[in-house]
Amino acid sequence: MHHTIEIRELVFKYPDGARALDGVNFYIAPGEKVALVGPNGAGKSTLLLHLNGILRGEGSVRVAGMEITPSNLLKIRAAVGLVFQDPDDQLFSPTVFDDVAFGPLYQGLPEAQVRARVAEALAAVRMQDYAPRVSHHLSVGQKKRIAIATALSMQPEILVLDEPTAGLDPRARRDLIHLLRELPQTMLIATHDLRMVAELLPRTLVLDQGRIVKDDATRAILDDEDLLRAHGLEKP
Amino acid sequence: MHVHFLDPYHAGGSPIHRLDARVKLALTLAFIITTSLVPFGAWAAYILLFAIVLSVELLTDLGIAYFFKRAFLALPFALAALPLIFTVQGAPLATWSSGAGTFTISVEGVERVVSIALKSWLSMQMAIALAATTAFPQLLAAMRALRIPKLLVAIFGLMWRYLFVLADEALRLLRARAARSSASRDAQYKTGGAIVWRARVTGGMAGNLLLRSFERGDRIYDAMAARGYDGEARVLPMPALQAAQWLILGGGLAVCVLILLLALLLA
Repeated sequence: MHHTIEIRELVFKYPDGARALDGVNFYIAPGEKVALVGPNGAGKSTLLLHLNGILRGEGSVRVAGMEITPSNLLKIRAAVGLVFQDPDDQLFSPTVFDDVAFGPLYQGLPEAQVRARVAEALAAVRMQDYAPRVSHHLSVGQKKRIAIATALSMQPEILVLDEPTAGLDPRARRDLIHLLRELPQTMLIATHDLRMVAELLPRTLVLDQGRIVKDDATRAILDDEDLLRAHGLEKP
Repeated sequence: MHVHFLDPYHAGGSPIHRLDARVKLALTLAFIITTSLVPFGAWAAYILLFAIVLSVELLTDLGIAYFFKRAFLALPFALAALPLIFTVQGAPLATWSSGAGTFTISVEGVERVVSIALKSWLSMQMAIALAATTAFPQLLAAMRALRIPKLLVAIFGLMWRYLFVLADEALRLLRARAARSSASRDAQYKTGGAIVWRARVTGGMAGNLLLRSFERGDRIYDAMAARGYDGEARVLPMPALQAAQWLILGGGLAVCVLILLLALLLA
């Protein structure tokens, strides 16, 4: 298996020429769980959108052993499950079942397999009983879990999450952290929640103004108060 | 990442950019009204009108191609006038019969359709010139100054403000779908799903967007009411027009009237 993320000299320019990503380099080994932190506007979400080819910049992005090219885009997207910050963007189907089934149905799997995948993904986020429910009426915490299930149903090797704990109450946040700890995938999580980072993610990348300014063990980074302050962060 | 392409305004320092928004709006409206009142087939007047549009476009420093390209957006609407070449009575140009009946193309009909297409093309270009050189908030202020009903101006303003929010939301929905549109590792399955299923997903996305817009509308109103909104937005008054601006306004209006008189005399 190649659950790796390997990014070299990635540059992404906005249409107006501003550099959102300005030469990003990092490597994430199979099974590693890594945090991506940095101030608002640092380029975190933009970086995440490169990991399954939604955005394409200059430089090299290799995930799951494949260089991202237009011809293998669909394979890449099966390998990298992207969970967006706002679950309302991700849940666009009438029912929870339809949303979780989207990935497998798009892949053209037979019905029995689709049902098995959905059941498995909902069980992983402990939302089995919600399959027939309307996503729109769920709480934010429940929507977050369903959004993760929509990615898990593709059986990805890598899970990429954007601000998974934003807007959650303490209990929902706690449940989510437990859930993320249980999941076996290689993980890259963009977040401002440094307490979660300290608890869950052994390694941290600090992104600011489109560059990785620090790549180190989470403990070392969280102990460096000057570094945190310089990049709009705060020791938890 | 935001949607940028919607905003037609291009910052600049050209004479057209610097002209007061109230003058620009009034003259644009006068130009469009003049264009629509000029009789069909008054080709000389059309050339004069085109010359005016062209000189405005040259003064904006944006390049004429920019206006020409965008003005073609108006063409589909002009197509609605196409049946007129058959229905207007006049000297026949061509006739043919088919099972359904006899069709006659008349000279007057062709003249009218070409005139309508030209008029909409000219009007569109002037409107584009206004939008490209006037920032939207200024345009709203100008509408208020010209006594356009306040509620209407408020609706324009809110629509503009939230159009971008909505477009961003739609973009994120599309991305979320793209992120899960994948191929199985097992190569035997055909990706994409059935067309009916895909249509249903798209319908779900549209419904999602509608529901969220609806809820957002409610929240926006609450936030406005919380700040004392009573159906009327109050703004600071605009400074008085300077003499030079009055002169341009008066001159522009006079030219419009002259062209109209000329066209009516020629017709």
